[in-house]
Amino acid sequence: MSSFFSIPNPNAARRLFLGHSGLVLSGAAVALLAGRDVLAAKSGDAKAGDARILNTALGAELEAIAAYQVGAESGLLQKPVLALALQFQGHHKEHADLLAKTVRKLGGTPVAAKSKYSFPVEGLKVQADVLRFAASLEQGAVSAYLGAVPLFGNRDLSKAAASILGDEAMHWAILRNALGENPVPVAFVS
Amino acid sequence: MERFALAAALALAAGTAAGADAARGEQLYARCAACHALEYDRVGPRHCDLLGRRAGSVPGFDYSPAMKQSKLVWSTETLNRFLADPLKAVPGTTMTYAGVDDPKERADLIAYLGSKKCPITSRK
Repeated sequence: MSSFFSIPNPNAARRLFLGHSGLVLSGAAVALLAGRDVLAAKSGDAKAGDARILNTALGAELEAIAAYQVGAESGLLQKPVLALALQFQGHHKEHADLLAKTVRKLGGTPVAAKSKYSFPVEGLKVQADVLRFAASLEQGAVSAYLGAVPLFGNRDLSKAAASILGDEAMHWAILRNALGENPVPVAFVS
Repeated sequence: MERFALAAALALAAGTAAGADAARGEQLYARCAACHALEYDRVGPRHCDLLGRRAGSVPGFDYSPAMKQSKLVWSTETLNRFLADPLKAVPGTTMTYAGVDDPKERADLIAYLGSKKCPITSRK
């Protein structure tokens, strides 16, 4: 298997890197969806609480999907970056799909995407503006999942949320890198 | 001593904790960016004009019943309590976040939030 560090071409390395992140998420998704017995063992209150946490995350994921759509349609993203943005949007779609299914499994009703979102489009003039906006959403997502992980009654859900957190953190790092910033400026996220 | 007491009283009157750093609070606010913005509603409600606002009262925002019924008015004290542990302060809130543990970080965040006024166009 190729090593991320042994690939001289940054684009190939990024593809490998992102390919690996997809594998990690898929593994957690399978584990989450397979966790029927654990879900069944939880009380109604615990399930409702977990569903509420997942629904908040789902709302943010749906907004992120819409935000990436705005970025993709802005005409400001050049080709390699546009492909990356669409790939990240695809990850958010996978997150949202999994979260919605799990909310249903817990007996809840998944929140729907809003018919209209407010985004600071007037501030998006060049590609870097779009990347900076996306990076801010990804950073916020990392913090939001970090704040949700300890709250779940079901530890399998904490594990799945942590898996999504890792994916969002990679998005954030790549976007920072694309902006010419240190991709991983600190040892801990908060 | 009297000077310190006066400064503390002035800070409280201004709705901020003594020694709170709004600039640091702005950096910390990046953690909120998945769900919140200052001037428009997202997954969470807008944050401009927050101090003095009754919880659950931004027109058109779909709050949880728990937040609407909380009877909280956002002040330095109520925000400090809520940010420390949102689900303990308002059980049933959809702000499903473990909280900001560090009291200094909460104070800085509150100082930043308290400094942000809504532009006339976004006031409803």
